Amino acid sequence: MQMSATQPSSEIAYNGPMKILVIEDDREAADYLQKAFAEAGHTAHVAGDGETGFALADAGDYDVMVIDRMMPRRDGLSVIAGLRSRGNTTPVLILSALGEVDDRVTGLRAGGDDYLTKPYAFSELLARVEVLNRRASAKEAETVYRVGDLELDRLSHSVRRAAREITLQPREFRLLEYLMRHAGQVVTRTMLLENVWDYHFDPQTNVIDVHVSRLRGKIEKGFDKPILHTVRGAGYMLKGG
Amino acid sequence: MALSVPAIMKTTAARLSALYLLLFALCAVLLVFYMTSLSARMLTAQTQETINDEVLGLARAYQRGGLPVLVRVVENRSRQPGANLYLIADANGQILTGNVQSLEPGVIDTEGWTTEPFSYRRFGEGELDRLRSGTSDQTPPPSTGENTVQAEGEKGHNAIALVLRLPNQMIMLVGRDLGEPERFRAVIRRALTLALGMMGLGGLLIWFFVGRAALKRIDSVSEASRRIMGGDLSGRLPVTGAGDEFDRLSENLNSMLARIATLNEGLKQVSDNIAHDLKTPLTRLRNRAEATLSGKHKPADYRQALEGTIAESDQLIKTFNAILMISRLEAGYSSEHTNRVDLAAAVRDVAELYEPVAEEAGVSLEAEVDGAFIVDGNRELIGQALSNIVDNAIKYSTDSTSKPAVRVTLERTHGEIRLCVADNGQGIPDDADRARATERFVRLEKSRSQPGSGLGLSLAKAVMTFHYGRLDLLPGNPGLSVVMSFPAREDH
Repeated sequence: MQMSATQPSSEIAYNGPMKILVIEDDREAADYLQKAFAEAGHTAHVAGDGETGFALADAGDYDVMVIDRMMPRRDGLSVIAGLRSRGNTTPVLILSALGEVDDRVTGLRAGGDDYLTKPYAFSELLARVEVLNRRASAKEAETVYRVGDLELDRLSHSVRRAAREITLQPREFRLLEYLMRHAGQVVTRTMLLENVWDYHFDPQTNVIDVHVSRLRGKIEKGFDKPILHTVRGAGYMLKGG
Repeated sequence: MALSVPAIMKTTAARLSALYLLLFALCAVLLVFYMTSLSARMLTAQTQETINDEVLGLARAYQRGGLPVLVRVVENRSRQPGANLYLIADANGQILTGNVQSLEPGVIDTEGWTTEPFSYRRFGEGELDRLRSGTSDQTPPPSTGENTVQAEGEKGHNAIALVLRLPNQMIMLVGRDLGEPERFRAVIRRALTLALGMMGLGGLLIWFFVGRAALKRIDSVSEASRRIMGGDLSGRLPVTGAGDEFDRLSENLNSMLARIATLNEGLKQVSDNIAHDLKTPLTRLRNRAEATLSGKHKPADYRQALEGTIAESDQLIKTFNAILMISRLEAGYSSEHTNRVDLAAAVRDVAELYEPVAEEAGVSLEAEVDGAFIVDGNRELIGQALSNIVDNAIKYSTDSTSKPAVRVTLERTHGEIRLCVADNGQGIPDDADRARATERFVRLEKSRSQPGSGLGLSLAKAVMTFHYGRLDLLPGNPGLSVVMSFPAREDH
């Protein structure tokens, strides 16, 4: 599930470079994140405490913010609440050592958009940050998703590829819907489990892989071009053409 | 009991005894005083009535024959023994006749009832005649020597009387001695003293037998707790079997001690297990890094070593998270996030999640659930516990002799909702093994070949404890049935 930051990122398509703000008090971790985001093609600014972070976030125009929950001077949740009350809607990913259900709920209630528990894999963080990117989230409103010759109608619950009807189970439909909404982005297994099944735990067996390969069988069988790709060490990506 | 007085007063029993004694004594004194004054009033009223009757009789005599008859009747009555007093005096206060030798001065000056008891002296019976013959003599207090001696022989008595003025300005006094009520008062006083004395004695006895017994029990309890604090955690407080408050206290403290001992034991075992299960992979991790650094390798080798390192640390993190979660659940994790959970939906979700895995492993996974089975709980935790159990069931049903199958059923029995996951594998035939299977890090011999941290069932058990339920492993026929029993909601 791990992807080293040094791995060539050309394999992963992203919606252009992002401007990311990292508010993290651990110097070493912050530097690592800055470097890793840069290697993935993004620009990251780092703030070492809550107050500085709040000032930077308030002044700058960031695409995504990564905020550590426990920090000196001002804790992460208070920074987020402060920003939200000033009308700042920049997507926020909370990083935390606290990983219980309640902690996640309080984090999201404070205005966070996603929650990741330490220790985490950078590939997981990167995938989540890219999905959070506000410029990429415009697809929510669309009723028909299209990726290459694959088409999903959210209203009539129908899926067709190259004009051929594909029958999916309800859960497979939701899985494909999520993958298509984030087409061109890496989607990790935990993201799928969270967003398609609404579970946040780590299953003992890689149940998600089996679901994905089933779905792949349905949307790729009989077509010569693969469309659902496995990104080694990270997750999956739906990409046409 | 070589206790000094202040030390004795330090015991609750003695303090309580003293307090009770004081209160009882106060009550008794008040009661007695009330009764005495009440009866004294009654006796006085009775006395006055007697006097009234007497006066009425005399009045009739007076009407019959005027003063001479009255005097004769008074003289007659004076001679009779009794508590009645009679006296007739002239306008100047000179005693003319009666059985009173002398009075407190001023008693006959005012008409009507004497306001307070007065003291008087009475003639001896034999002297009355002589008194009558010498009525014109000096009668004021220091009278004839004989009379005085005679009078001093008797004590000064107290009496109450009615003073009347006769038409010819003579004064008549009719009274009654108060000896009787005073004797009555003396009796009451004696009784009160006796009662107080007995109460004091009773209080001491109660303290000695009841209080001291309680004291002894408390002493034995504190003695035992000192021993336990001293490190002997297996020690227990004495229970006499009387079933009283002390026994209940001891029993509760004993179960608390048992719980502490269990937790302590659990803690010790967990730290041992953590030491083992985290140290082993950590050592492996370190060795791998060391081996990669020493000697020359191709870049691809380094890459492989690093990937291995990451995989290994991921496994460590998983184990660590599971341990943390179990501890949190067992320590009474905050129940802030519980709400209505439909177990049927949870079963359908998990079955749907695992169905492709089961199919790939050639296991038929059946979930037979109809309707809703609502419990108070946490969907996430229940989902995780159930998926661990289903995961295990799929893994272990593959060694079945017939077609591998896993069945998930839900049923409502009295007060419980039972969620059963049954496989048809080899099961765990040994009872002791089955009991041990939910303990942390326990991986039964045959499961060692299977991947896993050995925490799946422990986590499920902790989740069930959190939900006030149970996790039972029952022998299937064949295979193993894992039963999650949830307490049913009140409204069902």
